[in-house]
This record gives sequence, structure tokens and C-alpha cells, in this order.
Amino acid sequence: MIGKGMKSVALAGLLWLASGAAMAQAKYNLQPPQSSTAQQIYDLHTLILWICVAIFIGVFSVMLYAIVKHRKSVGHKAASFHEHTTVEIIWTVIPFFVLIGMAYPATKTLLAMRDTSSPDMTVKVTGYQWKWGYDYLQGQGEGIRFFSMLATPRDQIEGRAPKGEHYLLEVDNPLIVPLGKKVRILTTAQDVIHSWWVPALGVKQDANPGFIRDTWFRADREGTYRGQCAELCGKDHGFMPVVVQVVAPEKYTAWVAEQKRKMAAAAAEPARQWTLDELRAHGEKVYAANCVACHQATGMGVPGAFPALSGSKVVTGPKEAQINVVLNGVAKGGKPTAMASFKQLSDADIAAVITYTRNSWANKTGEAISPADVRALRK
Amino acid sequence: MDATHAHGHAHAGGHEEHAHRPTGILRWLTTTNHKDIGTMYLWFSFTMFLVGGVMALIIRAELFQPGLQVTNPDFFNQMTTLHGLIMVFGAIMPAFVGFANWQIPMMIGAPDMAFPRLNNWSFWLLPPAASLLVTSMFVPGGAASAGWTLYAPLTIQLGMGMDLTIFAVHILGMSSILGSINIITTILNMRAPGMTMMKMPLFCWTWLITAYLLIAVMPVLAGAVTMLLTDRHFGTHFFNPAGGGDPVLFQHIFWFFGHPEVYIIAIPAFGVISQVIPAFSRKPLFGYASMVYATASIAILSFIVWAHHMYTVGLPVTAQLFFMYATTLIAVPTGVKVFNWVATMFKGSLSFETPMLFACGFLFLFTMGGFTGLVLSITPVDVALHDSYYVVAHFHYVMVAGALFSAFAGVYFWLPKWTGRMYNETLGKWHFWLSFIFFNVAFFPQHFLGLAGMPRRIPDYALQFTDFNVISSIGGFGFGLAQLLFLYVVVTTIRSGAKAPARPWEGADTLEWTHLPTPPPYHTWETPPVVK
Repeated sequence: MIGKGMKSVALAGLLWLASGAAMAQAKYNLQPPQSSTAQQIYDLHTLILWICVAIFIGVFSVMLYAIVKHRKSVGHKAASFHEHTTVEIIWTVIPFFVLIGMAYPATKTLLAMRDTSSPDMTVKVTGYQWKWGYDYLQGQGEGIRFFSMLATPRDQIEGRAPKGEHYLLEVDNPLIVPLGKKVRILTTAQDVIHSWWVPALGVKQDANPGFIRDTWFRADREGTYRGQCAELCGKDHGFMPVVVQVVAPEKYTAWVAEQKRKMAAAAAEPARQWTLDELRAHGEKVYAANCVACHQATGMGVPGAFPALSGSKVVTGPKEAQINVVLNGVAKGGKPTAMASFKQLSDADIAAVITYTRNSWANKTGEAISPADVRALRK
Repeated sequence: MDATHAHGHAHAGGHEEHAHRPTGILRWLTTTNHKDIGTMYLWFSFTMFLVGGVMALIIRAELFQPGLQVTNPDFFNQMTTLHGLIMVFGAIMPAFVGFANWQIPMMIGAPDMAFPRLNNWSFWLLPPAASLLVTSMFVPGGAASAGWTLYAPLTIQLGMGMDLTIFAVHILGMSSILGSINIITTILNMRAPGMTMMKMPLFCWTWLITAYLLIAVMPVLAGAVTMLLTDRHFGTHFFNPAGGGDPVLFQHIFWFFGHPEVYIIAIPAFGVISQVIPAFSRKPLFGYASMVYATASIAILSFIVWAHHMYTVGLPVTAQLFFMYATTLIAVPTGVKVFNWVATMFKGSLSFETPMLFACGFLFLFTMGGFTGLVLSITPVDVALHDSYYVVAHFHYVMVAGALFSAFAGVYFWLPKWTGRMYNETLGKWHFWLSFIFFNVAFFPQHFLGLAGMPRRIPDYALQFTDFNVISSIGGFGFGLAQLLFLYVVVTTIRSGAKAPARPWEGADTLEWTHLPTPPPYHTWETPPVVK
């Protein structure tokens, strides 16, 4: 009976160890590399780690030996030496050469990482509080542009619904890139500093407002690679994931064709006439994606930080003033505030979201704002 | 160290009788005595340590499980910001100034600090600064929430809590500069006859070097936050790209202060360890001269490595290479120090009372923090790990297991001298082992989180990070509770500890142990000792 118990405990232990080994790749180390850059970083980290382990063992076995053997309690008498020039020179010079041994491969990797020349395609990544914008600037897909926002529902974050597999690492529109092509990424930001990070591709580049910086990757395998904003950018810094989907070139071509078709359809959109209900329904979606983080689903904002829309004088007053706020943002004393410009949204989106706010919560203006109203105020 | 016994303290007792110093709260407000001021620095530091610690526990409580349970994201960011600022400026730095106040005059044979009234002022600047930081939580919009690094332009967006933070940083910087002027003047001018520079206890050397670092970089920090202030309120555009400013400029200025700041915290910790290890090895410090040179080298190098905090901002590749090479070079003098400490222990006659346990814990864990520092110094690897939990683990190994453990070693080492009473050795050892174990439970798994891709400063995380966050939170709470034991040990020592022998540590050979009674009288070294 006891033997049987022991056996099953041992088996469970073995299984646990085996599963630990299988997961070791992802859990105890860098994510499995999916690009040549990530592979070089991975190898460099492994090299340095082993050098450190070797030095660690060397230094601390001496210390451990002293702790065990040179104790007063085992009767060890203290020696009186307190310097030794040769030894001191040796342990100053040897680390110097170890460092050179580390710096050489590091330099090679760094030079390769920074070489953004002759890309197959270029995508501009813009950080916003709190989403990413992607503009395909050059190469196949040129002209495609869209926003990429957290797709995890708030119910999961606030514990009212079970969390999904890709909790906080899922977006509505991932960045789609072709397999095996050198993709140059240009980063910039609209408001504060963000940082575009995809661990499996070995890419992390800060997105600084007012400046453009670049990096690149060439994905080796198809797949979906997930990362996050790495630079604290305010309240929802933890809620602006980066998702890159690497697809085979022919699938990429098909995706580009579909995007072009959609863009052509959207170009015809302004001619469309919207009813109040259509605007409200669409506006609710735009609100949930762009406004809810600060102004809240209740329209009550966060006292002291983000103003309420429900009952707001701006939202119930003349429509031109509110359109201006959404288009151009709010500045206080010449400084931008957390209310940034949303001019990147389409006329229809802005018209819809303004209609929604003017006809929700305590606000009952009954007004429908048309996309033409917004277009008229664009500068 | 050999000194002729000048009976510098002999008249002190009598003198004390007719000192007519005020009593009660006025004594502490008006005191110019280095021992009183040292005590106040240490208690202030411990108070702030508890305040910052509670904030850390709020952070760990939120991160115990995925999802938002305890805080909202904005309050979470306020907690990470205040935790960092309070621990760096309120807890760790004042703790070592407290040691400097108590120890430097006693160790070099000086009757007090060079500028006793300035000393009083340096201390009393701290409580208002701390109050500004703490009360900033209660103003509209809450405390600053941009991280202790206060990066622009995020800090330009924040509410008035940020202005209180800027003002607090100004006051803290002023306090540090005044304290440093005092320490430098005391060490350079008030050493006892025969106490040459190269005979000073290493603790005094480390503080001399630290004080120069402080004077060099605190004005730089003050400049950075003043530029923030004028950007916020007076129409300048240093960091605002819309007006032609550069947000990365703030990072350059901040880290030109920030990297030497790391050594401002670490170097006095090296000093304490360099007193404790020889005392419990019953053997002189190995390589005294090379320790001095290594410390000075670290201090000088610390001025040319700042941009290793900025490898991902998009510096030119030549700048990245320069900062990588310069940063790895710091491993050489730091290695020399570790080798010297181990060589001091080697062939000694070791015993492991609480101060020595903390010193060994320091040596072991600080070196681990040094190794992860080496990993992070390599630019391509840092690109993978920058702003991840790996960095959080790294600097807590250096700041907590490094600086804080060294401060604990110093308190247990000198508490018998300061109070004339012995602490409870069993409880002291318990405090060490609980701290050591829970520290590693809290922070070791964070290396794995960072490697796997968890960013720092997030209130909620993806599900694959859950296991290690649970472990880390348990460790955090254990570590926090263990510090209450420390408070208990110190309070019971002061109130009812057994009388300490004059020299409780047979290997301790600096002036305060060999030539002063335990506890020392209120005024010491009215006649300086003569050191041969």
C-alpha cells in the first residue's frame, strides 16, 4: 500500500519535472526566437549567462570553502595577510579579457540589429494613449493604414467573465507582415513616449513624440507573435498590446487585395446618409474603442482626472465646439492635455461618436451630427 | 589601527551635566550633536522604509492574480512611482547619512561634524519633503504616476501631485548637498593627528567619494525637474516636441544624475561591508589600497555610462557601442571589491553573528545583481530585457539585497556601541534568514518573468505570467512582515537589552571600538586621539 503510494508520488514528480523541461523554453528563458535578430540575442544571452555562472561558481566555492573550513568554531586561527600584488593584478586583468570576449559578439550582433538598409517594406508605427497606429509606407501594401487596440473585454479585466487564452495580448487589428521579408519599422508617437516590443522577433524600439526612430525584423516562421508597450505611457500602459501576424507571401498578397477593396469602399462612404439611430449605434462602438478608458462607460469620467461627459456643457452645447475638441484635442496654457486630438478617425466615426455622446446618459439633445459637419471643421 | 589613549572622552561625562540642552521635542529640533542627528536620520529612514514598503505590498497584492482587484491602473502607477521615490530618497539614502553622522566623527577622531548647525538643517529638510511626497496622494488627480524616473512628456500631462513631487525633489536634493558638504569638510579637515587618508577606515573613504558624487549630480537632478516645472507652467519647451523640444533630452539629464545615484546608494554600502567582514573574519581587510582605488574608479566610471538606461530610445549605434563598453568596464573594479572581500574571509577565523550573516547575504546576492547587471550592459540583450521584470529583479538585488542588507549589517554591528545594549542574537538571526529567504522568493522569479516578456509597471498581466507573480507576491509579503521583527529587535534592545561589553566584536579595531567606552558619551574626542 505504502509502496504503491510512493510509486504514484514518484510518477507525479517525474511528470512534473518532464512538463517543467518541456515548458522550460518559454517559462524560464527568453521566448523561442522567431527571427535572426532574436536568435542572435538568445545566443548572446546564453553565452553571457554561462560565463557568469562559471565566475559565480569560482568565487563562491572559495567563499563557501572559507565559511566551512575557516570558522572560529572549528578552531581555525586567522592568518594575517592583507595584500598580494600579483594576485590583485591578475584578478584585475583577467576580467578585462573576459569582457573583451563578451564585447566582440555583442558588437557584431548590435551592428546587424541596427542595419535597417534595403528593406522589402516599411511600416510606420505610431504610439497613442493607448493604442497603436500602423501605416504601410512602402513596399507591398503601401497605403494601408489602421489602428490596433486591445480586444480583451473589460468584463474579463474586472473579473466579471472568465479570462481568455490571450488575455491582454489580443487586438482587433494585428499588424500583418509577409514571411521572410525584411520589414523596417519606423516608430513615433502622438502624445508621450511608448515602446513597441515583440519579444519573439527580438524587437523593442521606443516611439518618441516628434521624432522618428527605426528598427527591423525578418520573421523566420509563420505565426502570431505577441508583445506589449514597454514604456510607461500613463493609465492604460498595461493595456496596449502589440500583435504581429506573420503570414505566407501569397496569403499576404490576398490580405493586401482585401484591404485595398475595403479602402475603396470607405472612400465612397461620405456620400452615405446616416440616420440618428445608425449614428448612435456606430458611435457606441467608436466610444468603446477610443473614449471609454478615460470618460468611462457611464460617461461620468474619473473625478479630478478625466471630466464627465454626462451633463457636460461642451457635450450639450453648440456642436461646433465639441467637434473642435474631438478633432484638435484640448490644450491648457499651451500644453496638450490627456484629451488628445482624434483627427485620425474618419469623419463618419467622429460624427457618430459625437452623436452618441449627445444622446446618451443624461444628455438628450436629439441631434444627429453628420460627417459633413465634421468635414467642414477639419483644418 | 593603533592610537595612544588620549582619554578624549574622560571629561565628557562632566561636561554633559552643564550642557543645558533642551529636553523633549526641542532637544531634537535644535540638536547639533552628530549622534542625535544620526539617530534621527536612521529613524526617519526606517519610517519611510515602512511607508514605501506598504506601497510595495499594495503593488504585490494587485499583482497576486491577473485582473484588476485591489487598485485601478492610475493608483497602481502612483504606487510604483511613490514606492521608488520614497525608497531611494527617503529610506536608503538617509539611512547611510545616518551611519555617516554617527560613525565618521567617531572613526576619524573628530569631536563632531564640521558644521553642526548645517547638519541639523540637512536633517530637518527631510520631513517636509517626505510630507510633500506623501500628501501628493491626496490632491486632485493624485500623486505623480509616471514612475520614479519622471520621464517627460508624460510628467507634463500630470496634475498638481507632480508639482509637489518636483518641490520635494528640490528639497531632498538640497538636504543631500548640504550633508555632503559637511561630510567632505569633516573628513578632509577634522581627522585626528596621525589619521592619514590611507589609514582611515574604508567606510570613511566610501562616504568621502559618495559625497563628491552627490555634490556633482544632485544639482543636475534639480535642473531636470526645474526644466519640467517650467515646461509645465511657464511656457518653455525643453521636452515638448510641439515646441521644438526633445523628450529624450530629459532622459539624458535624468540618467546623468541617475546612474551615479546608483553608486551613491551602493558605495556607502560597500563601506559598511568593508568594516563588518574584517571584524568577523578577525583578519585585516584584504587590499585596502586597491579597495580605495576601485571605489574611486567606480565613481568616475559612473559618469560615463548613463545611456545604458536608454539603449532602446534610438541612440546612434556608435553611442550604443561606447556606453556598452564603458558599462562593462565597471565590472572590473566591482569584481576587485568582491574578490577582496572573499580574500578577507579566506583563512580568517570566521564567526557568524547577525552583522556577518547580513554581510555574507550582501556579498552573495549583490554579486548576483552584479551579474544580471553585466547581462543588461550588453546592448542587444538589453533590447530584449529593457523595461521588463528582469530589470526590476536586477535592481532589487542591488538595492535591497545590496544596500538594505548592508544597512541591516551596519545596524546590528553598531547598535551595541550606540545604545550600550546587546540585541537578541537569536532574533537577529531569524530576521536575517527570513529576509534572505523571502527576498529570493519575491525577486528571483522576476528574472523569469522578464525573460518571458512581462513589462514592468503594469497593473495586470497575461495569464502565462501568473505562477511566478503568485510566488513573488508571497515572497513580498513574507519579506515585509520580517521587517516588523527587525523593528521589534531594535526597540527591545534599546529598552531592555542586556548591557553590551565594551568590545562585543573581538575583531573590530576602529577607534570607536578601541578607544571609546560603550555607549560613547554625548560628546566624544574633545581631545583628539593620536593615531600612530
